[in-house]
Amino acid sequence: MSAATLYGFCAAVLVGLGLFGLLAHPQPLRKILAFNLIGGGVFLLFGAVARRGAAAGFGGDPVPQALVITGLVVAFAATALAVALLLRLMVAASQAGSRSDG
Amino acid sequence: MSFDIGLTLLVLAVAAWTIAARETFVAVVGFVAYGLLLAFVWVRLAAPDVALTEAALGSGLTGGLLIGASSRLRRSQSPAAEEAPGVVLKAAAAVLSILVSAGLAAIVLLLPDPAPTLAPQAAASIAATGLGNPVTAVLMAYRAIDTLLEIVVLLLALVGIWSLAADRDWGGRPDRRVSTDPVSVLTFVAQLLVPVGILVGIHIFWVGSVAPGGEFQGATTLAAMWILASMAGLVDAPAVTRRWLRLVLVIGPAVFLAIGLAGFALAGAFLAYPESHAKLLILIIEIPVTLAIAATLALLVAGPPERAQR
Repeated sequence: MSAATLYGFCAAVLVGLGLFGLLAHPQPLRKILAFNLIGGGVFLLFGAVARRGAAAGFGGDPVPQALVITGLVVAFAATALAVALLLRLMVAASQAGSRSDG
Repeated sequence: MSFDIGLTLLVLAVAAWTIAARETFVAVVGFVAYGLLLAFVWVRLAAPDVALTEAALGSGLTGGLLIGASSRLRRSQSPAAEEAPGVVLKAAAAVLSILVSAGLAAIVLLLPDPAPTLAPQAAASIAATGLGNPVTAVLMAYRAIDTLLEIVVLLLALVGIWSLAADRDWGGRPDRRVSTDPVSVLTFVAQLLVPVGILVGIHIFWVGSVAPGGEFQGATTLAAMWILASMAGLVDAPAVTRRWLRLVLVIGPAVFLAIGLAGFALAGAFLAYPESHAKLLILIIEIPVTLAIAATLALLVAGPPERAQR
């Protein structure tokens, strides 16, 4: 078994683990975390494909590698937006709670 | 090979721990470790550029963002409405996850052989640009449209976060999540590390044309240095309505777009570079783009404005 295949399996298990966390955890922040775990697995699967496409003197196909870099940046932007939404929701919920108490 | 097997087991163990941990903070720390281990995996897959991005952005900045969020959520008193799902639902989720994993593993086994590759086309575009790093050549020339759109996505995410500000806070500064003790260890570390880190960030950006590195990795390092300095209380986040700030944020994509449009006249296609000046034009794009990405990433971590301007 080549290293690319091994890490491909690793990526498959990571996606499964992340998916379980996304479904089974009630807290929103844990869901965001699990979502990022899935993302890591998906990128790694793409990385395994890139490694298999080694040609033209490169260790891997540079096109999927560049797309993974793009993907990492976009995943970070999505995570930051999700965290901001979550924190805003928390503030809004506590304000609504204190208003109904008083 | 035994190294690869050991690394795989370690990654999977840390990932499982991240999901299983009871405390959210512990899970976030596990996630940071997971990201760093993935960076090793990327090196093993002959992708050092991705490894740098994963370590800096996937592990570092994302980890910092989540740690900040988890400590703020812990301070609030809202464990309400968060009952754990029942056993049946958990079992169903486990079955579904195993099926997805098995399906992906089967796909890995069934991948076509010999593998399809775009490496020769990318190699051809390297020759035209004069860049030595194939991944940078793909990002800036062969698939430049992806990079342009990605920078726009970053800006959109920032607009989204800013629009979450409460009405009374608009135009103010992001929340300051620091202890302002001027003689703390954090302040000392920030004073020592930030100048070095800025140099490292510029270096990573600069060598990106011939070696692993590039504008995303360099910009992430610069953003991390700004975040460190702001955590130590050495700098304060600017008010979101500042004109110079808006200018830094949009000048990168604007220059990119302008040179892309000029490609119609100079080389006959959008985002095409005339061969004689390709490397110079790429450099002219990369400098403002790096600054814009660094500023955007730092502001994404800083969050929406929460302190009204006096």
